[in-house]
Amino acid sequence: MSSLLERHNYDVIVIGAGGAGLRAAIEAREQGLRTAILCKSLFGKAHTVMAEGGIAASMGNVNSKDSWQVHFCDSLRGGKFLNNPRMVELHAKEAPDRVWELETYGALFDRTPDGKISQRNFGGHEYPRLAHVGDRTGLELIRTLQQKIVSLQQEDLKEHGDYEARIKVFAELTVTELVKDGSAIAGAYGYYRETGNFVLFEAPAVIMATGGIGKSFKVTSNSWEYTGDGHALCLRAGANLINMEFMQFHPTGMIWPPSVKGILVTESVRGDGGILTNAEGKRFMFNYVPDVFRGQYAESEEEGDRWYDDQENNKRPPELLPRDEVARAINSEVKAGRGTPHGGVYLDVSTRMTPDVIKKKLPAMHAQFLELADVDITTHPMEVGPTAHYIMGGVEVDADTEATAVPGLFACGEVSGGMHGSNRLGGNSLSDLIVFGRRAGLGAAAYVAGLGDKRPTVSESDLETAGKAALAPFHAEPAPGPDGTTAPAPENPYTVHTELQQVMSDLVGIIRREGEITEALQELKSLRRRAEHAAVEGHRQFNPGWHLALDLRNMLDVSECVAKAALERHESRGGHTREDFPIMDPNWRGVNLVCHLVPGTSDIELTHKPVPTIRPDLLSLFDRSELEKYMTAPELAVLDNPQTPSASGEKA
Amino acid sequence: MSYKSKFKVWRGGADGGDLKDYTVEVNEGEVLLDVIHRLQATQAPDLAVRWNCKAGKCGSCSAEVNGKPSLLCMTRMNTFVPEETVTVTPMRTFPIIRDLVSDVSFNYEKARQIPAFAPPEGVKPGDYRMAQLDVERSQEFRKCIECFLCQDVCHVVRDHDDNKEAFSGPRFLIRAAELSMHPLDSNTHRAEFARDEQGIGLCNITKCCTEVCPEHIKITDNAIIPMKERVVDKKYDPLVWLGSKIGLRHD
Repeated sequence: MSSLLERHNYDVIVIGAGGAGLRAAIEAREQGLRTAILCKSLFGKAHTVMAEGGIAASMGNVNSKDSWQVHFCDSLRGGKFLNNPRMVELHAKEAPDRVWELETYGALFDRTPDGKISQRNFGGHEYPRLAHVGDRTGLELIRTLQQKIVSLQQEDLKEHGDYEARIKVFAELTVTELVKDGSAIAGAYGYYRETGNFVLFEAPAVIMATGGIGKSFKVTSNSWEYTGDGHALCLRAGANLINMEFMQFHPTGMIWPPSVKGILVTESVRGDGGILTNAEGKRFMFNYVPDVFRGQYAESEEEGDRWYDDQENNKRPPELLPRDEVARAINSEVKAGRGTPHGGVYLDVSTRMTPDVIKKKLPAMHAQFLELADVDITTHPMEVGPTAHYIMGGVEVDADTEATAVPGLFACGEVSGGMHGSNRLGGNSLSDLIVFGRRAGLGAAAYVAGLGDKRPTVSESDLETAGKAALAPFHAEPAPGPDGTTAPAPENPYTVHTELQQVMSDLVGIIRREGEITEALQELKSLRRRAEHAAVEGHRQFNPGWHLALDLRNMLDVSECVAKAALERHESRGGHTREDFPIMDPNWRGVNLVCHLVPGTSDIELTHKPVPTIRPDLLSLFDRSELEKYMTAPELAVLDNPQTPSASGEKA
Repeated sequence: MSYKSKFKVWRGGADGGDLKDYTVEVNEGEVLLDVIHRLQATQAPDLAVRWNCKAGKCGSCSAEVNGKPSLLCMTRMNTFVPEETVTVTPMRTFPIIRDLVSDVSFNYEKARQIPAFAPPEGVKPGDYRMAQLDVERSQEFRKCIECFLCQDVCHVVRDHDDNKEAFSGPRFLIRAAELSMHPLDSNTHRAEFARDEQGIGLCNITKCCTEVCPEHIKITDNAIIPMKERVVDKKYDPLVWLGSKIGLRHD
């Protein structure tokens, strides 16, 4: 079999072609590496296109008071101080350069009156900070990076007579296994969707940039590709997953009609003046400002409204609290019986802006509601509710190089963890992609250079195992029953997937309880058994049933990590809310929950690990009174006496 | 609310196929892609269809619905009467891979031929200054989600396969216009390229592309016609010709 296998040799393989993957590939290629980009869909269709609001970067074009320090503080507050502080620092410092760089690739952002890049308000950001293009910023980002790659290929054509001499895109290709040589990465194994044929990429470095896991949930803003492939591939290759309990439910997804349930309604709607009301017409967010944010948000509707025009003398309205707070508030309103007919709340711009302004600032939202829900948002409110949107957790990486625990394996973008702590601020995702995408490209280049001529090799037996595993769904037998009988037919992968989504949404959703999470873990165990008996019909060419059967394994792995970590964390923080532990507990702030495989098995083990400490110069950016809300007494004591021995171990 | 509807869906591969009849449940508020997914989950697990965002933003689920190039995710089922048989076929202008999936690599080849954005010399990153009014012209074309429905409907290539070599299609004529109208692009030969390499002369402005564009980009009026005018200006304006000969004009 392996003699027929298509083989390619590259310096670095980038898995995933969204913002992070493409930026990583650009960097790797510019560092002189021969680079392959593997994308699960067509080139330019990655989930990044769905990002609407903007890219957070403290350029200070609209309010010159903005700086990387303010962005740093906002991001740490948003993540409830559980973020990897070094990542937050690099992100805040480098985001402006990465955005300006996009203009040199041809990006066309909306402008300020003096011709600079315009910046808009967003939840949790103190100043207008999001570079944007109407409400289609993600599309602009993906197209710009796609076109930059084309321009690099045009350079290669001139220099080498071949567009693909140094960077090639393999579209509609799914990776099923990472291949290793001892402990180090040696390549990636996968199949072409079009033909179903297998292909091997031999490379000493792999950059994982596959995005998130939303397809494990029933109501999600994520597309079919978001099946946690990268999370699961890295886990199985020996890397650590951290913070998997933190799942962001975006507060505003469409809820009606059922067919569009979960589709994102951009946060810009609120940033530009939209308000949330319940069925009684009350602006309820004023009742949901938590203690840690008290004093930072307006206390009356009048003040909140004045803020849009005068930010110096007023505080922002609580509709612009971080997403976790808003999602929980909506959930509580609906539960208290103040929801809309379809079980959400109202989001209204029609009473806040003229129809012309709405169509200008929110053209995609206007079209989306008109075409999919028959609602004209210039005259009527939108009905919205929370939707599974983003996983803060992911592969543990070194902040500077994005290297994982596995030599040669790097991760960036949504698939990596740490940057956003327990909750990501809107706009920090697109900037994350380009800041850490670039760094992953640099990290991989340095790693490959360090290897010299000592390239890892691939073992033929690993390839045979990978091939057999990928074809297993074509031969799946019915599951054996408890009494020695067998089930009448093998499982349908679509059915198993639907049930998995139901389990995760019902039992490990926005509000979690110990009993339910335990039940979810039981259910996941049984779904895992059933997934092994999921069978597919037909041929290997573009067969979605087969693809789903393979993706199921990844979704089950990541779902188990989410549930295990959610069970373990006895507090509520960011994207993890426990009804039985409703308080944010400073003792848990310094704890990262880590999922990894028990060596030599496929069992997932959970361990505790300290969150990297915040350097004193970064801590000093906060008022002591604010830190008191998050930190334990011993942590504060160290802060007051930095000379004490327990303050050592700071990461320089 | 819910009813059974009749569908004809093209099934097959590169070497042929035909329309297969299906009866599938349809519920209130659904789009055609929902129904295709239900068909996959219940009757035809191996039915090939491309899709990603299901919100009209990625341009993956392009196909032909009753012969009209459309996004499956933006085709509301309430635009058909319940008794109607809905026919779903792959885009006709491109080679078939399987079922509703076609080989759109033609478009990626054409994209690669257009010279990339040429950054202005001597302007550092962060120093780019452009007026909103000026960027808006190109921004209209950058709304393109690359669904390739305009390429599919364009009769220059739809009915004449042999034009594919010489003609880049509407999607890439708007790319040419976008770059040509970019306030800071320093490549001054966009119009000549559109004439010589993209075959803009083959377009006889029937506006079919504009009609099918899910982003409502005015492809013909705002991109192709202005580009045709630029081509004509360059070629036939004697002052431009003279100026370029004696070194006064470089555009």
